[in-house]
Amino acid sequence: MSAIYRGATYCFRSGDTAWNCANAASSGALTGLVYGLSALGLSVIFGVIRIVNFAHGEIMVLGMYFALVMFNWLGIDPLLSVPAAALLMFGFGYGLQAAVISRVAHLPDHMQFLLLAALAIMLVSGCLLVFGPDPQSANVSYALDSFAVGKLFIDKTKVYAAIAAMLVAAILLAFFKYTATGKAIRACADNRLGAKVVGLNVDRLYALTFGIGAACLGAAGCIILPLIELRPYLAPSYTLLAFVIVIIGGLGSLPGALLGGILIGLSEDLAALWEPSYKTAFSFALLIFVLLLRPQGLLGRARH
Amino acid sequence: MNKAAASVAGGLSKGALGLIWPTDVLTLRGLAALYIVLAVLVSTPLWASSYIITIATLVLYTALLGQSWNLMLGFAGLLSIGHALFVGIGSYTAGYLFSKLGIPPILGVFPAIAIAVLVGSVIGYLGFRFSVGGVYFALLTIAFAEFTRIMADHADFLGGTEGMFLLVSQADRQGVDLIRLRGHPVMFFYVILGLAVGTLALCRALLKSKLGYYWQAIRDDQDAAEALGINVFRYKMFAVMISSALAGVGGVFYAFYNNNLFPESTFSIERSIELTLAPIVGGVGTLFGPIVGAFILTPLAEFITWLIGFLKSAGVIDPKLKLNGLKLLIWGFAVVLIVMFRPRGIWPWFRDLLGLRRAPDDHRRSP
Repeated sequence: MSAIYRGATYCFRSGDTAWNCANAASSGALTGLVYGLSALGLSVIFGVIRIVNFAHGEIMVLGMYFALVMFNWLGIDPLLSVPAAALLMFGFGYGLQAAVISRVAHLPDHMQFLLLAALAIMLVSGCLLVFGPDPQSANVSYALDSFAVGKLFIDKTKVYAAIAAMLVAAILLAFFKYTATGKAIRACADNRLGAKVVGLNVDRLYALTFGIGAACLGAAGCIILPLIELRPYLAPSYTLLAFVIVIIGGLGSLPGALLGGILIGLSEDLAALWEPSYKTAFSFALLIFVLLLRPQGLLGRARH
Repeated sequence: MNKAAASVAGGLSKGALGLIWPTDVLTLRGLAALYIVLAVLVSTPLWASSYIITIATLVLYTALLGQSWNLMLGFAGLLSIGHALFVGIGSYTAGYLFSKLGIPPILGVFPAIAIAVLVGSVIGYLGFRFSVGGVYFALLTIAFAEFTRIMADHADFLGGTEGMFLLVSQADRQGVDLIRLRGHPVMFFYVILGLAVGTLALCRALLKSKLGYYWQAIRDDQDAAEALGINVFRYKMFAVMISSALAGVGGVFYAFYNNNLFPESTFSIERSIELTLAPIVGGVGTLFGPIVGAFILTPLAEFITWLIGFLKSAGVIDPKLKLNGLKLLIWGFAVVLIVMFRPRGIWPWFRDLLGLRRAPDDHRRSP
């Protein structure tokens, strides 16, 4: 994030406000697409299983560490680790839902919250145990390059990350729209009892959904790695970020998650022009307004 | 408002007697257990090392905050995951008044409570007026807590990220000064013991009052409660206000016990989550659940730390190994096991196992 700050101060010195805003906006929108992909993972899980995944950021950080290990050991670009990370996290999520979370499905909300919060604590401390508390980053060869259009400078890492995020999101949306399994999962989300009545194996579909959500997080983790410095304690802030995004976009709405991601990315970078350390305060203020004025989110359906 | 206050006052007088001799809830065995635990606690400084007193202080502090949080979720059905906000407001208000204006905490606790209640009312008002319910209400509380954390980071008069420090002299550490809340650790132990017992009595009185029955009705079925003519908005507001007041008092204690305050360690979501663990593990909606949960979780964490140290010194684990996070890993696993295998909480299971509680002889929901 310090890169944004340096970029912002540089832009101010050059003194061209319109270009400054354009730079911040493009950078924010691109980062926002990656945020959106991560938020998709939360939204899919909530929309179908009706569970708020408090271990969201932690699963994403697992994906980041996977990509980091691949990069450091084998020199594989984090973006190329996406399929493997997605597959791995899919297995993790599937197993988690099938073996653990399904057993607490009948319990009240706060027990599910506690279970996932405890899992989150375990994942963070596991990462801490294995990788240590120090920040690490994957310095890809094109880390400092940028595309220039006039006075508009766009980091290559961000462009590639945004393209990768859009690809994964498109695959996900196509899966839900066109495949039989995707339709079955949507049926579960619309009417769980009805889905059972027509003979769908709801438990397996739930496990698949959690797997898909976790796969999204694994992919998002790989994609975002070149943009950040990775520490285990980053996880809770990504959980919060995803909450903010899906609530703004509409909890359970997939296009809403992407839209929310872009909005939050924009608000972060534009707020950073003014005062970098206030950028998350902006997001939370936005969240409070949306919760009060349109609690179902921008693209969400009204709750009953 | 007056009616509700009178009802609470009535419950309080009944509760005071009931707390001393709560035969309507506990069996004789349960009463004996309650008094043995109380006697052990009161006499702790006589037999325990200073380490044990520190742990016991932490346990009682956790129990106090758990009780405050449980009042919202367990009694009125409102899930708050931003409760550290109220604790932090209590801490910062009393801390600021003491360190900058020299106002002692015995007076500072009142503005601390007032501001905590005010913020609680704002969140409650916005949440309930705009009918933000369930998970969404929980996220609203998180949002307010995080927003406040970031604002506190930038509030120079509160010390910002550099933190706020309450001065304490060597002489202070040895004496007993309840007005300035400066003194020996044993004094802090008795202060928090008094607060925890007082909160338990208050919660019992509330639960036995009309207000408590309204809350339980709202918790179990809000629509039905509304149909019966209960003013759901008002009583939910009361729940948030009382809960945030108790959390604020806990915060004042924390500020003067710790003597340093940082936005990150005061308002962060980790604090809010930690605070919910004891009551959930102990048993949501029960009077003794938050206390039992605190007595399990805090010593468990200490035991794991001790065990790791012991295994290292015994040579089972390589002493040079860095084991950051192992403690929390095991601790988190224990919590997962409790959720999966004792989902009603430890206390309801334990009291039935040992026959500590009288079987409910009518359809009244006894805590």
